[in-house]
Amino acid sequence: MGANVRTGFEYVEAWGMNAGHHATVARPRTPEEVVDVFRLARERGQTIGLRGGGNSYGDASMNSQGLVLEITGMNRLLDFDDETGIANAEAGFRIADLWRSIVPRGWWPRVVSGTMYPTLAGAAAMNIHGKNNYAVGTIGDAIQDFDIVLPSGELVTASREENADLFHAAIGGFGMLGVFTRIRLQTKKVHSGDLEVRAFANHDLAEMMEYFEEHKTTSDYLVGWVDCFGKGDGLGRGLIHDARYLAPGEDPNPEATLALSHQELPLNFFGVVPKGQMWRALRLFNHDWGMRSINLAKYHAGRMESMGEPMRQAHAAFAFLLDYVPNWKWAYGRKDNKGLIQYQIFLPNQTAHATYTEVLRRCHAAGIVPYLGVFKRHRPDPFWLTHAMDGWSFALDFKVTPAKREALWKHCHELSELVLEAGGRFYFAKDSLVLPDHVERMFPEDKLAAFMALKKRVDPDGLLQTDLWRRAFAPLGA
Amino acid sequence: MEASSHAPSAPKIPGVPTDRRRAIVVGASSGIGRAIVRQLAREGYSVAALARRGEALAELAEECAPDCAATGGKIVVRAHDASNTDEVPGLFEELMGELGGLDLILYVAAVMPKIELKEYDSEKDLKMLSVNVGGCIAWLNPAATLFTTQRSGTIVGVSSIAGDRGRKGNPVYCTTKAAMNTYLEALRNRLSEVGAHVCTIKPGFVDTDMTKGMDGLLWLISPEEAAKQILRAARKRVNTKYVPWKWRMVGTVIKSIPSAIFRHMNI
Repeated sequence: MGANVRTGFEYVEAWGMNAGHHATVARPRTPEEVVDVFRLARERGQTIGLRGGGNSYGDASMNSQGLVLEITGMNRLLDFDDETGIANAEAGFRIADLWRSIVPRGWWPRVVSGTMYPTLAGAAAMNIHGKNNYAVGTIGDAIQDFDIVLPSGELVTASREENADLFHAAIGGFGMLGVFTRIRLQTKKVHSGDLEVRAFANHDLAEMMEYFEEHKTTSDYLVGWVDCFGKGDGLGRGLIHDARYLAPGEDPNPEATLALSHQELPLNFFGVVPKGQMWRALRLFNHDWGMRSINLAKYHAGRMESMGEPMRQAHAAFAFLLDYVPNWKWAYGRKDNKGLIQYQIFLPNQTAHATYTEVLRRCHAAGIVPYLGVFKRHRPDPFWLTHAMDGWSFALDFKVTPAKREALWKHCHELSELVLEAGGRFYFAKDSLVLPDHVERMFPEDKLAAFMALKKRVDPDGLLQTDLWRRAFAPLGA
Repeated sequence: MEASSHAPSAPKIPGVPTDRRRAIVVGASSGIGRAIVRQLAREGYSVAALARRGEALAELAEECAPDCAATGGKIVVRAHDASNTDEVPGLFEELMGELGGLDLILYVAAVMPKIELKEYDSEKDLKMLSVNVGGCIAWLNPAATLFTTQRSGTIVGVSSIAGDRGRKGNPVYCTTKAAMNTYLEALRNRLSEVGAHVCTIKPGFVDTDMTKGMDGLLWLISPEEAAKQILRAARKRVNTKYVPWKWRMVGTVIKSIPSAIFRHMNI
């Protein structure tokens, strides 16, 4: 490989372990090295797939037909302004690095995902959202400007004013237009390291949606967990967590709660059981009746919790639920193509309730029931290929095994028909299933056409490609 | 798929499916490394054999060719000086292209120049360090990266009983083997989380170039026997294997001798 760029031959995998391939992975440390990787790929006649932390559930950061450029080597915080809360960092800086750098100074990222390991580049490329999407938008809404290396090798700065097209296309552009090398974003002032969190157990989907609607102007975070095994009157039963920031003075000792020691997730359960081994215990329950009982137990525990008083919880503990049990995905199996997919359905207000209800009914009828369901509220944003809308999302985790893979794909494609009929969308950080005609149906025609035209302009020879691109977009250009 | 009636057939090895037989052997031109390559070829592996001496490798490839033809195996050879660590990343990547992946890597390369009892020759010593330790790290690091990401694979480091104590005879040879033992143990502790395995081999005396001219060696075995025992240990996921096993007793005793006494002994 090029003189100085660090590379390795590795297995590049979907986070959900549902797909993977071997490839040469390059980790440039500077924008100049990014250009070196481009040059090298051209010499070899190969394409480049861009990868951040590798947290996309599906094939969004895989390139089984070429090189992979991973941005994690560019991971410095360039500056942070304590007055304004504006952070400027290299694009391989992770959300974990960001919150750890700023929380002791009284700031918190405006938008974080359920795991802290995505890089800013990956977060921008996917236009990630958090449990506060309905209130503050996606991470794109918090980004002020960025530097991006285009396939031509040119380094361009883009913001809402400068290169505005590129700004609105590259955020949410799933790494198809260039390599983010620097990102500047706004963070949020906090007056405590804790949130006030209350739980509310809901009996069905309608009750959950009502709660969200009633609280969306007053709560800072809203997230619903759904026991997907619930049927009939209990269809959509679950538990809502509703959190708000503390006002100045509410926390008598903010320095203590803002300290990293208060935020860090514990490494052990009950002080002694190492959490690193916890997935082995979870694996014992990783089948239909096991998950049915865990979901039921969680629902009833949630009902107890919801009768209690609101409690205070550290930002990190509330935000990064997916990191609570390290490697929990291995409970789905870590060999032989076993894993999971997440099928996240975004729907507008008008059709959401009826469609989600029908989706759950069909899952029960097919005997393919998600082991986890997570419910969120969203709002629209100006990015060309955004998944967000004035509506809802319901994320369903399905177990993948080689024997049942085909049936699962067929099942989900049937659900996709319902979703697209209802004006729904999917989200590339989660997706394993979207096909070209789905892409055409889920995005506004003008936005999609503009994106494809821009892709053709900045990357005429198709240097940047991923498995997702070839699956869902490439045929549209032909 | 090869469906013809005279398709080459690889022998059955419990726990080693035929599509998981891709190996690299560093230090393959003679002795244990060479014997390992021969056995892997008989077992239908796609094996990359590396060593400093290109002619010896060409011979080895020729010897293995009939076995490869019979078992569907493949042999790739590359002349490479293990102390030339700069060329390892490129070579590793190139070999991955040839083998189509990797399931097993064995680091066998080592040098042991003759050192007089009162000799302190830094040039000889640092050369040992760079082949025995530097090359080992340069080859096993990329393998560990790959095995971590694919959550499978076996690393075998051929160390020595010499690493168990610091002996008068060859201070730096002992040092390189002790360094290797510790490095391999640490890799094992890292890789166990993902289910990949690291096996440390401590051979006693094996009838190779390294022991040529030494008389009356205890429990001397052939390189073929050593290779057989090493591959068996790797497949049984043994952590540390003395070859032959009798050396474990010796190692245990030697390790327990207090330093104040050990320094007066001539071992």
